[in-house]
Amino acid sequence: MSGTLRTLFLTFLHAFRRRETVQYPEEKPYLPPRYRGRIILSRDPDGEERCVSCNLCAVACPVDCISLQKAETEGRWYPEYFRINFSRCIFCGFCEEACPTYAIQLTPDFEMSEYSRPNLVYEKEDLLISGTGKYPDYNFYRVAGVPVPGKERGESEHERPPVDLHSLLP
Amino acid sequence: MTQPPLLTIILTPLLILALATLLTWVERRLLGLWQDRYGPNRVGPGGLFQAVADGIKLLFKQDWIPPFADKAVFILAPAIGMMTVMLSFAVIPVTARQSIADHLNVGLLFVLAMMSLGVYAVVLAGWASNSKYALLGGMRAAAQMISYEVFMGLSLLGVVMITGSFSLHDIVTAQSGLWFIIPQCAGFVVFLLAGIAETHRLPFDLPEGENELGAGFHTEYSGMKFGMFFLAEYAGIILVSALVTTLYLGGWQGPLLPPVLWFALKTGALVAFFILLRAALPRPRYDQLMALGWKVLLPVSLLNIAATGTVLMLHAPG
Repeated sequence: MSGTLRTLFLTFLHAFRRRETVQYPEEKPYLPPRYRGRIILSRDPDGEERCVSCNLCAVACPVDCISLQKAETEGRWYPEYFRINFSRCIFCGFCEEACPTYAIQLTPDFEMSEYSRPNLVYEKEDLLISGTGKYPDYNFYRVAGVPVPGKERGESEHERPPVDLHSLLP
Repeated sequence: MTQPPLLTIILTPLLILALATLLTWVERRLLGLWQDRYGPNRVGPGGLFQAVADGIKLLFKQDWIPPFADKAVFILAPAIGMMTVMLSFAVIPVTARQSIADHLNVGLLFVLAMMSLGVYAVVLAGWASNSKYALLGGMRAAAQMISYEVFMGLSLLGVVMITGSFSLHDIVTAQSGLWFIIPQCAGFVVFLLAGIAETHRLPFDLPEGENELGAGFHTEYSGMKFGMFFLAEYAGIILVSALVTTLYLGGWQGPLLPPVLWFALKTGALVAFFILLRAALPRPRYDQLMALGWKVLLPVSLLNIAATGTVLMLHAPG
């Protein structure tokens, strides 16, 4: 009996507490930079596309919402098309973890409602941003050992020249 | 006894319907307040039109009658629920002048009779739905409401003994010196608990315990028939609050403010208390509910009658 009255009183006191509700459209909550929202494709500091269409993100995706096609120019791979179906995407972030070039990144933005379902399919031009995203100084081709036009093997950052296997000298 | 104006008779049910609709919004806002959130606050000023939006939604829903239901009774049940509650309001004295039949010399008995008839709404709804959960809800409602009917009647006897009248108007005027909540505090508590059980509100809402019975007696109801049960329940809250105000809290009487305002204030506070109960208390088990009724409330109300009778006899002239 006293417990019941105490419960009633304590519940009544809650009338004078602060309300926890965030009044969303007027009052937007702070989203941390690592929030897993809308997916983007970033560019490297030189303004080139980072994506090398290795397909690792599409493989990692548990709901198969990523679709892309490889194309090649002068030994460099880039995606001919890159398509994310956001009506399937579960924003797990596995694609971002799988990406070797930091190209695909999740951003703190979730306001992407549409009236029509096909509008949730984002093409490459919708996904590609002009900046570098979360990794401002990273350029895959400058640190990777792969040779590209303008950079031979062994000229990358933190990379020593390759050993000549045919020489007998140590 | 003067004839009440026709306008009052027409306006009273409309006003009660409007208040019951409004109460759905009030309840959700108050529950929000006590649970540190807002509740509906988007439609109209402060979410006030939420009740209207819900009403429109209910009106435009398909009014479906299950093929296995007993059609006539199925339709009749919500109407009974609404009717009995509405009729009870006829004898409630809002002020000394504003009422339809507050001088009725069996006013209190009339209210009790109407509340007993209200059981039929729930039982028939459960029976006519022809489905197991609805029937279980209806059975529970029958047992609960008939049991609590007993204590409700007994708890009121103290008030009737002091006043010497069943007329609600006389009961209010008898409280001009002292509200009956003080000499009749045991009766007040029993009546309040029985009133909660009669309107099957939380924590005594076992007839519609959603986690075990789907929705209890109104499982098969949809559209405005469900809305009728819903509104009857809220009108029932207003009715019980108004009754408690009339019987124990001195009705319209109070200093300074006009009588209508006093009545509205007391009734409103009790309605808020009803909602606070919902916000705070969990639902008891069914046998606990019955045990509380027969083992606690019945002896208390009987003792209350005995004590009141003894005191009245000792003070009786001659």
